[in-house]
Order: sequence, then structure tokens, then C-alpha cells
Amino acid sequence: MSNIPNDLRYTKSHEWVRQEQGGALEIGITDHAQSALGDLVFVEVPDVGRSLRAGDACAVVESVKAASDVYAPLAGKVTANNTALAAQPELLNTDPYGAGWLFRLQSDAGADLSPLMTAGAYANFLADESK
Amino acid sequence: MLVSLYSFAGVAMGLKTPLYDLHVEQGAKIVDFGGWDMPLHYGSQIEEHHWVRRDAGMFDVSHMAVVDLAGARVREFLRHLLANDVARLTAAGKALYTCMLLPSGGVIDDLIVYFLSEISFRLVVNAGTRGKDLLWIRKHAAEFKVTVTERQDLAMIAVQGPNARQRTAALLPPAQSAAVLGLKPFFGAPVDSWFVARTGYTGEDGFEVMMPATEAAQVWRGLLGQGVKPAGLGARDTLRLEAGMNLYGNDMDENHHPLESGLAWTVAFDPGERDFLGRKALESARREGGRELVGLLLEERGVLRSHQKVLVDGVNASGAAGEVTSGTFSPTLNRSIGLARIPKSPNTIVQVDIRGKLHAARIVKPPFVRHGKSLIDT
Repeated sequence: MSNIPNDLRYTKSHEWVRQEQGGALEIGITDHAQSALGDLVFVEVPDVGRSLRAGDACAVVESVKAASDVYAPLAGKVTANNTALAAQPELLNTDPYGAGWLFRLQSDAGADLSPLMTAGAYANFLADESK
Repeated sequence: MLVSLYSFAGVAMGLKTPLYDLHVEQGAKIVDFGGWDMPLHYGSQIEEHHWVRRDAGMFDVSHMAVVDLAGARVREFLRHLLANDVARLTAAGKALYTCMLLPSGGVIDDLIVYFLSEISFRLVVNAGTRGKDLLWIRKHAAEFKVTVTERQDLAMIAVQGPNARQRTAALLPPAQSAAVLGLKPFFGAPVDSWFVARTGYTGEDGFEVMMPATEAAQVWRGLLGQGVKPAGLGARDTLRLEAGMNLYGNDMDENHHPLESGLAWTVAFDPGERDFLGRKALESARREGGRELVGLLLEERGVLRSHQKVLVDGVNASGAAGEVTSGTFSPTLNRSIGLARIPKSPNTIVQVDIRGKLHAARIVKPPFVRHGKSLIDT
């Protein structure tokens, strides 16, 4: 059973969103996603300053076997990206909700997380998906 | 993120090898592979890869088909059926890698043929092609009065790595142990109920062991006890690609002949009077030139994947691009490597289209890695 922290929000495309002090949003991929992808070997994160619309393909995570796009969960401007992933893409496998974060966004909408799933809703979504 | 990389087995029931329950017990992620429920990895495919390069790993390859051929004219039959020439097999137990071709020159399958005796040869063919292979073999065997027996009673375990032979031999009594350790590369021999061959698909030393399916679980557990670690299809793919070995369906298929698949070395054109299936087509293809399969080393960060377009300056500016046939991240080189079918050219650098951006890749001669060591300048 994959790890789904209660304090985060989730998308159907398996990104997680953490609301930080001051309204910034931290974004990564879920434990379920990293487990399905297997060993990550290459990560491309969006440049700082880039403006994203919700649903934009903005990062790429590649495992040994496949490449996957990561989509912006909400609109906003990129304020930081995780440069450690260039040298250590395996952080996405070992710590997907911590050291494996991908980028931070300053949301245009004042960080309205209501379009995103809660941990419980995401758990149900995963259960349905595996049926 | 789209997480739809494999059709995860679980609900749909695929074919299962005699070792399936052991894979599940050891925590394998099971995927569908050509209709079989097979282990992709047991946790980390990169660790499994390194384990094979540095020590010893084992793969369940029971999904591959063992086909025994018998008859007074079996050698004559195989000299007609296969593009390589079994006349090269003169010592009992010797193995030969070869393609089986359509009259068009397209590759039906690649396989290993073992010479057991003048009236008996053994083939090991791919899992995904076993049905069509058997139909093809039986169709042509009839006129040579060769009997074709699919050995569904056998399981097969590939034990690979620098310590693989010692650890496998440790399971056997002294005389049998000495016999398998005495096998030269690309030779096989019956050892009690087993058939042990010094062959593999990883670029490392090791054995492929065929045994009665009923013994497979016990052998697997015995190897575990010797410190051999299970490895899945994921590691098998990165290991074979580093070793520069083709994968059927990716690097060769019925639409491509061996000369444009890096397999010219497996086609025995001499003697000229040997009339093997596909010969005429290959002789015209040989005169035409055309395309070739090359190794690629990505010069930049990123990962080569099959079906990416390859641009060769000055050769295919008109749009006839080449294509990556297999690509992956090489755990040994820490770089991306691949095989690509491209128009022949004197160039040493090509451009690969990775998600709309061009990335430089260097043409290199496979294998990339053999016996744990890099064979190319990175």
C-alpha cells in the first residue's frame, strides 16, 4: 500500500501539492507514481520564473524504462526548483514527499486548493484505478 | 504524470512459469510479457543490474521455449531452416546463435541451437514468438522427416555474473560440479536431469540451466542459499543492451533483415551452394547497402528510447530519418545508450529527437559493456 500523507493535496495524474507558509506551493510526484515508474534516472524541472497554466506539462521524470510528463496542478509562477535531482534522481524514489520535491509555485489564484483531491479522495482514486 | 508503463498483471491472468509463486513470495513486481506474468524487478532493477555485473544474479527464463528436433536428416534440415550454418557445429554440446528467416529475409526469430548428436539438436526460442516459430519449424520439418517436440516439461534459469558458475556448481555433487565448471563458453551438456549451457544474455559469464519444471523451485531456493540474487526483466533489458545484444521485436523483426539489424555476422553466406530460407533476399540486400544498426551513446543528459527519430546530417535531410530501436539508461556507464537503425554514413555524430528537441549522440560499436567493464570511451 502506498504512502499518502494527510497534509497534502493530490491530482489524478499523481502529483502532490504542499501548501507552505506564505502561500507558496511545493510540488512533487506521489509514492504510488515513483513505485510504478521504478528506479528514476533523469529529472527535468521547470526553470525559475516560468509561468505555468494548470495542466501544463512542465517537468519530466524518467525511470530506466520510461519517461513521464509532470503536469502543473495549479497555475502560477515557478519560484524554485530542486537542483539536487540532477545529480541524485533517486531521491524521487527514496523520499518522494521530502528531498524528492520537484519545484515550488507562487499560485495566481491565491492558492485555492479546492480543485485538488484530499488524501482520502486520492486513496479512493488509486483503489478504483487498480480495479 | 501518466503511470501506464506496463499492463500490470493482477486481475488478468497470464501464463505462469513454475517459479511464479516464488517471485511473488520475494516481492516481485509482476508484469505482462508476451502473455506471461513475469517479474519486472524485486525492488530495484538498478541494484539487480549491478549485482549481475559484480557478483551473481538469476533470471527465470522458463517462458522461453525449448524445442527438441530429432531425425536422421536433422542437420540437413537445420542447414535449410537457419541463416547461420550448423555445419559449424562439430563438437557435441556446441551452441550457435542464429536467425530464422522468412523468404523475404525478415527475421521470424533469433535463437540458439545446440548440437547434441547427429540425430538430435535443441533450439531455445523466444517466448513471444513460440507459437509462430513452432508452426514454421513444423511446416518445414515434415519433408525432412524431423520430429519437433516442444519441451513444456522444462523450466530454465539463467545464472549470470562473475561468480555465477561457481555458485551454480556448488549445488551439484563433485563429479557433476566438475563437469559444468569444465564447460567452455557456448557449450552445453546434460548433467543428470539438467542441461547446463555456458550461455547468456547479459555480457557476463554464467550458465543457462534447463531442468524438469518440477525441480525448478528447489533449484531457485538452492541458488538463493548460495547468495545468488533474483533479477527481473528490467535488469535483463539493461544488461543485454549494455552487452550490445538485440531484442526480438525491437531491434529486429519480420520487416527487417539481419544485415540491417547488426546481425550480418550470424549469416553464413559460405558455402554458396547452401540453400537456406531467406538467402536470395539477403543476397540482393547485401548488394544494395541501405541501413545499418549502430550503437549510440547520448552525449547529453536524457534517455534514449525506442522509436525516437535519428537525424543523420547530409544523408536524410529529406526526411528519411533513422530510428532508435532500443534505448535505456546504462547503470554501468551512468549514461544513456541505445541501438538505432540509420542510413549508412561516414558521420560519427547524429541528432536524436527527444520530445521535440535535438540531442547529439555518438555512434559507437557495441558492446558497450562486457565482463563488468566499459568498452567505449565515455
